Amino acid sequence: MPGKLKVKIVAGRHLPVMDRASDLTDAFVEVKFGNTTFKTDVYLKSLNPQWNSEWFKFEVDDEDLQDEPLQITVLDHDTYSANDAIGKVYIDIDPLLYSEAATVISGWFPIYDTIHGIRGEINVVVKVDLFNDLNRFRQSSCGVKFFCTTSIPKCYRAVIIHGFVEELVVNEDPEYQWIDRIRTPRASNEARQRLISLMSGELQRKIGLKVLEMRGNAVVGYLQCFDLEGESGLVVRAIGTACTLDKLSSPAAFLPACNSPSKEMKESPLVHPPSHGCRSTHNSPIHTATGSRLTQNFSVSVPTLIYTGMGSGSAGKEGGPFKALLRQQTQSALEQREFPFFTLTAFPPGFLVHVGGVVSARSVKLLDRIHNPDEPETRDAWWAEIRQEIKSHAKALGCHAVVGYSESTSICEEVCILSASGTAAVLNPRFLQDGTVEGCLEQRLEENLPTRCGFCHIPYDELNMPFPAHLTYCYNCRKQKVPDVLFTTIDLPTDATVIGKGCLIQARLCRLKKKAQAEANATAISNLLPFMEYEVHTQLMNKLKLKGMNALFGLRIQITVGENMLMGLASATGVYLAALPTPGGIQIAGKTPNDGSYEQHISHMQKKINDTIAKNKELYEINPPEISEEIIGSPIPEPRQRSRLLRSQSESSDEVTELDLSHGKKDAFVLEIDDTDAMEDVHSLLTDVPPPSGFYSCNTEIMPGINNWTSEIQMFTSVRVIRLSSLNLTNQALNKNFNDLCENLLKSLYFKLRSMIPCCLCHVNFTVSLPEDELIQVTVTAVAITFDKNQALQTTKTHVEKSLQRASTDNEELLQFPLELCSDSLPSHPLPPAKATSVDYSSFADRCSSWIELIKLKAQTIRRGSIKTTVTVEKASPVGDGNFRNRSAPPCANSTVGVVKMTPLSFIPGAKITKYLGIINMFFIRETTSLREEGGVSGFLHAFIAEVFAMVRAHVAALGGNAVVSYIMKQCVFMENPNKNQAQCLINVSGDAVVFVRESDLEVVSTQQPTANCQSSCTEGEVTT
Amino acid sequence: MTSELDIFVGNTTLIDEDMYRLWLDGYLVTNAVALRVRSGILEQMGSTAAVLQSDTMDRYRTFHMLERLLHAPPKLLHQLIFQILPSRQALLIERYYAFDEAFVREVLGKKLSKGTKKDLDDISTITGITLKSCRRQFDNFKRVFKVVEEMRGSLVDNIQQHFLLSDQLARDYAAIVFFANNRFETGKKKLQYLSFGDFAFSAELMIQNWTLGAVDSQMDDMHMDLDKEFLQDLKELKLLVADKDLLDLHKSLVCTALWGKLGVFSEMKANFKNLSRGLVNVATKLTHNKDVRDLFRRAVLPKSVFSVCPLPRWLPTPGPLGPLHGHPPWLPPAPLS
Repeated sequence: MPGKLKVKIVAGRHLPVMDRASDLTDAFVEVKFGNTTFKTDVYLKSLNPQWNSEWFKFEVDDEDLQDEPLQITVLDHDTYSANDAIGKVYIDIDPLLYSEAATVISGWFPIYDTIHGIRGEINVVVKVDLFNDLNRFRQSSCGVKFFCTTSIPKCYRAVIIHGFVEELVVNEDPEYQWIDRIRTPRASNEARQRLISLMSGELQRKIGLKVLEMRGNAVVGYLQCFDLEGESGLVVRAIGTACTLDKLSSPAAFLPACNSPSKEMKESPLVHPPSHGCRSTHNSPIHTATGSRLTQNFSVSVPTLIYTGMGSGSAGKEGGPFKALLRQQTQSALEQREFPFFTLTAFPPGFLVHVGGVVSARSVKLLDRIHNPDEPETRDAWWAEIRQEIKSHAKALGCHAVVGYSESTSICEEVCILSASGTAAVLNPRFLQDGTVEGCLEQRLEENLPTRCGFCHIPYDELNMPFPAHLTYCYNCRKQKVPDVLFTTIDLPTDATVIGKGCLIQARLCRLKKKAQAEANATAISNLLPFMEYEVHTQLMNKLKLKGMNALFGLRIQITVGENMLMGLASATGVYLAALPTPGGIQIAGKTPNDGSYEQHISHMQKKINDTIAKNKELYEINPPEISEEIIGSPIPEPRQRSRLLRSQSESSDEVTELDLSHGKKDAFVLEIDDTDAMEDVHSLLTDVPPPSGFYSCNTEIMPGINNWTSEIQMFTSVRVIRLSSLNLTNQALNKNFNDLCENLLKSLYFKLRSMIPCCLCHVNFTVSLPEDELIQVTVTAVAITFDKNQALQTTKTHVEKSLQRASTDNEELLQFPLELCSDSLPSHPLPPAKATSVDYSSFADRCSSWIELIKLKAQTIRRGSIKTTVTVEKASPVGDGNFRNRSAPPCANSTVGVVKMTPLSFIPGAKITKYLGIINMFFIRETTSLREEGGVSGFLHAFIAEVFAMVRAHVAALGGNAVVSYIMKQCVFMENPNKNQAQCLINVSGDAVVFVRESDLEVVSTQQPTANCQSSCTEGEVTT
Repeated sequence: MTSELDIFVGNTTLIDEDMYRLWLDGYLVTNAVALRVRSGILEQMGSTAAVLQSDTMDRYRTFHMLERLLHAPPKLLHQLIFQILPSRQALLIERYYAFDEAFVREVLGKKLSKGTKKDLDDISTITGITLKSCRRQFDNFKRVFKVVEEMRGSLVDNIQQHFLLSDQLARDYAAIVFFANNRFETGKKKLQYLSFGDFAFSAELMIQNWTLGAVDSQMDDMHMDLDKEFLQDLKELKLLVADKDLLDLHKSLVCTALWGKLGVFSEMKANFKNLSRGLVNVATKLTHNKDVRDLFRRAVLPKSVFSVCPLPRWLPTPGPLGPLHGHPPWLPPAPLS
């Protein structure tokens, strides 16, 4: 009996009128936990009852404490008939179960009814007395902390990052039980809400057990999803990264603990490292950098014999000699792990050594073929299969781990597409092992000075490239090879040198599909998938070139399946990495050269494209330092003209050189217009309108090139549903509709948020669903953050200057110590794997290749002095180190009462997170049978989302928090039936409840201008969001 | 391609002041969009009319959802559904309860009943204010009236407490409620030149001096009903005209009191007898409800009083009714009690 749960019902307010006669309500409350129920007295005739109940005590197992939600039901007492339910409050008491988090839950909770929405509020106090449980074989995992944040939470230090944890539970969906035919919609919705709450608790507990087994104490990057499979069941699955975290107890301890002063500076909120909310890194496929050899990197393994033949197409990629090399690297702790995956998207410095590129796998499954639908085995096997494939893809890229890993599903009737994606990477094993903590600390400090270009260097064998790619020497250090383009699912590493600003890049695609059943349907889908992946990739590539950029971060490709179509939406943040070569332009080539007007048309298009590139370069301030050919050094032995060609049409190299002329020495990207399809592509390239001036957007945590955020933030969710005219839909028309939908949505956002200019939309997250045949639903959640324009300009300038300086210094150094570079690239390591790594570098250095897009982080230390100082100056937040000392006394009272900020980011600009209070994971259903009366579908959903926000805020406030970070709306399933005047919507949200303190409150004196700015803006934005 | 659903929900509810005004003024979405297009906002942002349409619809929907809460402003402060900055909350309330001068002049002193509500069509036509806006204003008057009707204590304080209005707006509402309660006639042609401000000023003084609450703030009734006893007592004022000595005394007292304070002092002094007679005539006939309702018509333009000098010219600064209630020595309950 290791826990005692105590609940007190204090009062209610704004209750609805339940008795028409008196216009009043006789309310009482039922408090239920597990199978025990308590009741308060009836408070007669009041809309603002004061129950002031005794403490209701529940003595329960901690296992139950983790699984069960506390259920509070407010009812109207009726002498003659059954009592009417007013509404319910579900309280997840998990945050009370670990010592450092909240100690009490106390506050006003909205009383929620699935039919009527919020109906008044109730004031509740909840406490838990937990007894220590020494039972080794316990089933509970109290004490394991959960974070949605996909980076190491701000007030913790990662001692060990253990690795991947996953779990999946299945249950029958109450909506599909026979009893649903006879019970009310309310009862059915409540059964569903309760079940999911229970399943979430169970899942979390099971994952916690796994973490304890791994000897970790926390899960970071926890992502929990629901699959509403329909008849076959309701699946709740979660993935995360097990870690051992150390609480940074006092501000003083903060500095040494956090590896290096510079790291700390980087972490201060104004220039936070790009750490991620848990959602941005969903499925993305493997792409080849050239797009010329798209492999069938998805598997179709439907549980019938028919499809077993179609396996992963990646098997052939694992070359022999390559493997040998890999083995040396993978001797690390990772080797023993089944799945060396990490859901993190931002990492402690030095963690990421090499990065290989985006790996992904998809699989089409039939849900009605699950033999034992109530058991998780089948789904477990499905995911294991996909993960295995991801792992092998990563291996093929010369990487032993996958970072920024995420999984997702898309379900339509009985067909389900499972997707997984991540970024193949080589990690520094130091963080992954036990017992090295003490020894590592100093070393970490020292070693924590990788070259800023290191992560761009390719990790794989150049002679055995898994795909054709174009390599050059790194533009920063000039000694390692880099690919020409990088795609990753992670956030931009803080130490990466970026020129100019980034921007949101999206590829959008629709493909019609015949309506079909079962196997035929699955085959149709799986046949379409490779083409979609290819198209999406081509679009991304073209758009990236058009922006004059050379790398994508936070790539997330979502493939949605509908009755008669497939939709693909890829979002990523494009940037110009200083270490990578300048991208070539886009060259248009016609197939029918003898047609005069056609030629003219082509040249017209060409001009437009060139103009757009030039305009974009100006817009995003991409003006890389000109580096003369001599400094670049000897070119790579291969002929440089081996350009990437789209669509595998051959172009001779001379042609390319010729085309290059228009874009300087860089080779061009050739778009061949040989059919209307290609024409479409070119057109669609040009239809994307840049955001209005003063606006930037990205889907990563922060916008590269902007680092002077003010504290004015506004998180929002926008939903649009369009109905397609069903008359002869073509792929083109569909594409155009979809494209317009997304573009218009973005335009609307810019318009609506214009008062925040200059501002950046960060963590823009699009989700597409196809609720019905002719409906497309797009949901966007993002946060708009205002920044200080003047300062931004300044910083960019210095930034560019700095990088110029650095370039020259680097070059000098390069000339002087050409040999030492390689040998010194890693400092002496106590661990054998690291040694092996350092050996590899030299051999790798000359052999490059690029799977698609890859990043490689290498601990090169030769220039640590010069670079580190630059880092410090550049990235230093206005808040100096000294200020941390003042932080011990947080004058929390200053913040406006009741205001709770919400953000999908892992930080709050202009503020410091002082405490994590626990995970918020909520699931709501709302249904109406009076759709018209509630303002139609828009009115209904608007109100519901507002209510969801309100309930999240109320829970956070009750935990004693004032913000939710890493907030994510994981699901928003909307169904309507206007003819019946009905609609239903399911929403699942999660995030981390935190306490933050404004920097302005922390700082007593600051001589720095930026701080002054920050302060003033803080007071303005005090209550924003 | 048609938009089935189009919403934007922010963690903080964004309030666009211009949009709010358009909504309050009762413009339909289409009209509002047209107005906004004309304002040049599209060029500014490089946007399209479709964007504007969607934005307008969305804002209107938000306002519509807020309206329910605005009916009981304290609810707006305590509700959890919309996170609104306090300054914005104040703005929302203040603007919602603001009214048009033209409109209030039409309904001032009328019974806030269904009957009057039916006339809103006409008022809308006369004033050029949209029917929707008229309804909102009328409903506001009525709502405030209903809430404070039975309450004790200061009218202004009650209104402020229950509707969180600014001091000035609360005073205006007090006047509206007071007029509606006593059904003072303000719509007669003779009274057309008087502004709402003029009436509000009189109302304030009447509330202060003529109501039950004015006599004893602890009285069970409050500041809305005139003190009947006081009105009865006013009959005694006949003496001021009938008795020559008292007339002279009165004149000298008034002249002393007003000396140097009145632009038309000499005219007033010259016509004191006529003026005084007119006013006393009004005062002594306030015993019947009908006469009370007619107070303003009779008080402002007794021919005898104003034939000499057109009233607007010699108005004392506070308002045209200054002579009626501005000088406690004349008509106060004080000398009588």
